[in-house]
Amino acid sequence: MKCDFCDQKATVFLTQLVEGNMKKVCLCEACAKERGVTDPTGFSLADLVLGGAPAFPVPGGAEPFATPGGPAKACPSCGFGLDDLLRVRRFGCADCYGTFRDETLAMLRGMHRGLRHNGKTPKGLIAREAKQRRLSELREKLESAIASESYEEAAGLRDEIRNLESA
Amino acid sequence: MMRFSTLVKHPADWMTGGPGVADGEHAAVITSRVRLARNLRRHPFPGWANREQRVAAFEVLRPAVEALAPMKKAFSGELGGLSPVQKQVLVERHLISREHAARGEGSAAVIERRQRFSFMLNEEDHLRMQSIQAGMRLSACFEALSALDTELEESLEFAFDADLGYLTTCPTNLGTGMRASAMLHLPGLVLADQITQVLQAVHKIGLAVRGLYGEGTESLGNLYQISNQSTLGEPEEAVIRRLERVIGQVAGHERNAREKLLEDDPGMVADKIGRAYGVLRHAHLIDSKEALNHLSILRLGAGTGFFPAEAIVTCDTLLMDIQPAHLQLHAGRKLSPDERDAIRADILRERLESLDAPTHGRDDSDDDGEDSGES
Ligand SMILES: [Zn+2]
Ligand SMILES: [Zn+2]
Repeated sequence: MKCDFCDQKATVFLTQLVEGNMKKVCLCEACAKERGVTDPTGFSLADLVLGGAPAFPVPGGAEPFATPGGPAKACPSCGFGLDDLLRVRRFGCADCYGTFRDETLAMLRGMHRGLRHNGKTPKGLIAREAKQRRLSELREKLESAIASESYEEAAGLRDEIRNLESA
Repeated sequence: MMRFSTLVKHPADWMTGGPGVADGEHAAVITSRVRLARNLRRHPFPGWANREQRVAAFEVLRPAVEALAPMKKAFSGELGGLSPVQKQVLVERHLISREHAARGEGSAAVIERRQRFSFMLNEEDHLRMQSIQAGMRLSACFEALSALDTELEESLEFAFDADLGYLTTCPTNLGTGMRASAMLHLPGLVLADQITQVLQAVHKIGLAVRGLYGEGTESLGNLYQISNQSTLGEPEEAVIRRLERVIGQVAGHERNAREKLLEDDPGMVADKIGRAYGVLRHAHLIDSKEALNHLSILRLGAGTGFFPAEAIVTCDTLLMDIQPAHLQLHAGRKLSPDERDAIRADILRERLESLDAPTHGRDDSDDDGEDSGES
């Protein structure tokens, strides 16, 4: 069997996940070494292959997305561009996932067993967020209560806010 | 804080086996590992961050990780402060990734003293945490690691999305951020010529399989790794249950293959084990490939009664200690490949000195044990 990158005899065989399909990649000794695939300790290989280092070319893998016309979209938080995402298939920051939501969902199709997280959640974070949401709700209500001179309601809201803040 | 030399002076917990080292399952399953990827919410991911941003994330991460109870007396080192050989030793011990070893300032490794937990700071993700144990212990690894993760949530704000789960640099880790894997020793399946078939079946279920010392299907040392690929859509426990089931089946196939080989062709098995023993006990120059392959057969011998079962621990420790960076650490200096081959052979002879010659298969031929005499 020949190397996918040159005409040498392939000695290293890898399986790579490309767009949700298993793809066999055959490399010769030299190409494997060049791409860091012959690491004798190997443990990082799964990440290298499954994660795909940015420079790792996908043999025969067509670019699945057409870059839309006009200036490429960029993440407002970190400046990472849509063209970067399509090229390296990596994200720049947590907010990129919101910025490039549609592209992300297209990329995820077939990559995993599902499209929705169904595992562990950071309960502390979620509780803190819920608390913040509830607090701003209460503060808004309090303002309108004061504006409409419903002082009894306002007093109740103040207590609720105080309790929640100290909880 | 623990010194590097103290950390690596002792073998990792998993190398000395822990409970059940001699049972049938451990013969095939050397280690279980679980890794979780986490990122900070308000910091750009390490690969995209500039130097200052990386350092800022690092300064948030490091105290949080060092404050974890099991990490109180851990080794904690910035990668810029470690020599290439020291970093390579950590890679050989599976404590950090090769990519991580290539990093310097602003990246760190925090490693529990018994090497059961390790944390990579500013790897591809802000935090990569790992738990490793001997034998088939994936659930235990996950539970232990998840508890530390939960503890970290108190002080760190992780990037999390209700629909997509934990947000990672690479979408292949999205969701749980979990990669669970087992390192398997499958000489029986290789000798019986069933390895491809078994690994293909595993592959079909959507699990990743590869030779640990990645050279095609005939992996050096008959060492293989099976891991999950999907991280989105299922609870961690479901992924681990599936892995445990499949790995248990592979271990069962390995056990059957060994039994069948001993029944059908005991002479061939005894010959291989005897030769491996002979070379390892008497060689004065041995490269890592040859050493690895013979140690693999020696380990098979320890799992099939040719040697005491404790010899498995000797083999697992040697598999680590004969690797290039370990040899150079042992020698205290950089070694040429020829020098390595000599020192590797010295270590093997010394450690195997008290291992008696294989005994099995000589005097238990009660029925048809005669040599057929054919030539
Ligand atoms: Zn090539
Ligand atoms: Zn971004």
